[in-house]
Amino acid sequence: MTRQHSYWLLFSAVFTKDVKLAFRQRAEIVNPILFFLIVISLFPLAIGPEPGLLARMAPGIIWVAALLSTMLGLDKLFRDDFNDGSLEQLIASSYPLSLTVLAKVAAHWVVTGLPLVLMTPLFALLLNLESSALTATVLTLLLGTPLLSFIGAIGAGLTVGLQKGGILMSLLVLPLYIPVLIFATSAIDTSTMSLDYSGQLAILGAMLLIAIISAPIAISSALKVSVS
Amino acid sequence: MLHIKSVTCIKQDRCLFADLNFSLNNGQIMQLAGPNGAGKTSLLRIVAGFSAPDEGAILYQELPISKYYEEYARELLFIGHKTGVNTQLSAVENVSHWLQINGYSEPELYPILAKLGLVGLEDVPVRMLSAGQQRRVALVRLWLSDAKLWVLDEPFTALDKSGVAFLQQRFTEHLQSGGAILLTTHQDLTTHFSNLQTVTLEYRH
Amino acid sequence: MWKWLHPYAKAERAYQLCNTLLPYFAVVTVVSMIVGWVWGLGFAPADYQQKDSYRIIFIHVPSAILSMGAYSSMAIAAVVALVWQLRNAELAVIAIAPVGACITAIALITGAAWGKPMWGAWWVWDARLTSELILLFLYLGVLSLYHAFEDKKSAGRAASILAIVGVINLPIIHYSVEWWNTLHQGASITKLDTKAIDPSMFWPLMVNILAFAAFVGTVTLIRLKNEILQREKHRPWVRSLLNKG
Repeated sequence: MTRQHSYWLLFSAVFTKDVKLAFRQRAEIVNPILFFLIVISLFPLAIGPEPGLLARMAPGIIWVAALLSTMLGLDKLFRDDFNDGSLEQLIASSYPLSLTVLAKVAAHWVVTGLPLVLMTPLFALLLNLESSALTATVLTLLLGTPLLSFIGAIGAGLTVGLQKGGILMSLLVLPLYIPVLIFATSAIDTSTMSLDYSGQLAILGAMLLIAIISAPIAISSALKVSVS
Repeated sequence: MLHIKSVTCIKQDRCLFADLNFSLNNGQIMQLAGPNGAGKTSLLRIVAGFSAPDEGAILYQELPISKYYEEYARELLFIGHKTGVNTQLSAVENVSHWLQINGYSEPELYPILAKLGLVGLEDVPVRMLSAGQQRRVALVRLWLSDAKLWVLDEPFTALDKSGVAFLQQRFTEHLQSGGAILLTTHQDLTTHFSNLQTVTLEYRH
Repeated sequence: MWKWLHPYAKAERAYQLCNTLLPYFAVVTVVSMIVGWVWGLGFAPADYQQKDSYRIIFIHVPSAILSMGAYSSMAIAAVVALVWQLRNAELAVIAIAPVGACITAIALITGAAWGKPMWGAWWVWDARLTSELILLFLYLGVLSLYHAFEDKKSAGRAASILAIVGVINLPIIHYSVEWWNTLHQGASITKLDTKAIDPSMFWPLMVNILAFAAFVGTVTLIRLKNEILQREKHRPWVRSLLNKG
């Protein structure tokens, strides 16, 4: 047997496995989107359908719904691998675990974050969001949802060994989501006033870079604790 | 090549084993024996490097595995109680994923799966297979890996007689080529291994 | 660093260190708390605008400062625990966490009580109060994660990881909340705090901050001693200690 050390092969192997599994059980992709849609349609029912009011609240509504719907898939992120022993095999492979984790987070984003980004025009329509704000919404979701996946994966890694990790994970993760929420909604708000919002996007981008570099280390040490 | 040096493990305020010493050399097979709850699985997980011992160290080729884990992992094949087989995927997908995450190039898998009695079941999701067949999907790794040290937790679980014999035949081949095996099993090994050692862990209160 | 820390890797030595430090911390706490409260609540002059209601700062400000300070020390202990694999440092993390959570709660409650006469409402989404609330969430996260694990060894390491993740996020959260606040409302509230403070109020405040710091130290040391004894209860040195007492 020949054996080679290729980080790219490992990344693509882990990534394709997770995406393939998600597409086999389509509910995993469809349910978060449906959840997002239902949460968004609850708001007009709760606060009244007046278009001006909805447009004013739209950034907040979209982002709170996005936070909640990415939480849905997080609990499953490592749980199946933990239960069937795949996580042990990944740790005992000769590759660094943080790379494996990066691939899994990327897969999680493609399955839960990316569909939200693609569906944004529809949500914007439902909430009377001005077309000028649409680009801002798409851009913030594009930068912000991977950030949510990274931060959330830390919580998922810490709680995967626990029987009832799901609710605890949300308690750990939601406070850490606050900066993303603040900068993303403010970018959309600013864009509705036709002002320049590149500053907020730059901050989101910087936070994403920090997360890409540092989160995998935290996630992999969390997983090692959970497996031990 | 493997040294267990004065290893102690404490779980939930209970000392499972204290100051345990043994070593395993090329061509040797070692069976861990002892009643349920004596700490056999805990010891295997410490040897595999998943959890750290409370005291002591594991040395592989004289190097502590906690420091040189990546090098050690390349030489180690661990199959635990949880086998690491995803039941949504087929046998072929499972095996080729395992090959990829360990950096092996992919050989023709069907003949190997056939050898293990999985003819016609290669592309069925593993959850449709019987417990023994699922175990075989995990054990395929023993025929594909080039690792020197095998650490196996109850490898014979759910296997039929012919499966057990076939597996032990593979053990013999591995030992002859200079490998080493550390395993737990409640069944007695039916094949005679000349290099068999047994370590018995007592249940401590 | 390692050489300096190494002797305290042994639980027994760490326990003795706690015992040595404890009386000093306790004395400083009692003395400075009595001096600080009597001075601050009794003798410091009343504020010309807020009258006597401002006096709550002698509790609010020290507890707010210490809530952040306790979190940082918890995170430092967590780094030591993970990098040098010191079990005692894990115990320190979990010894500080509830103390920090309580002091954060005190800061929040006194902040709300101060807010009632000042702003006419118990709760205002002021930047500092909001940060403090999020800090409380972070503390509670560490605590509930620790208690969710049955195996206390894993629990200590998991809590340490979370404490470090929290401390990296804390400045980001703090600045984002401050920025969010200036974006959404006028700066009328924060003006009060930036005003230069008179020396007659400044010194009692300093004494109170010292008192709170020593208090947090004292309670943490007592908790750490208990944690060490509990984890090491099967060791001979704990047995002989118990037999002596």
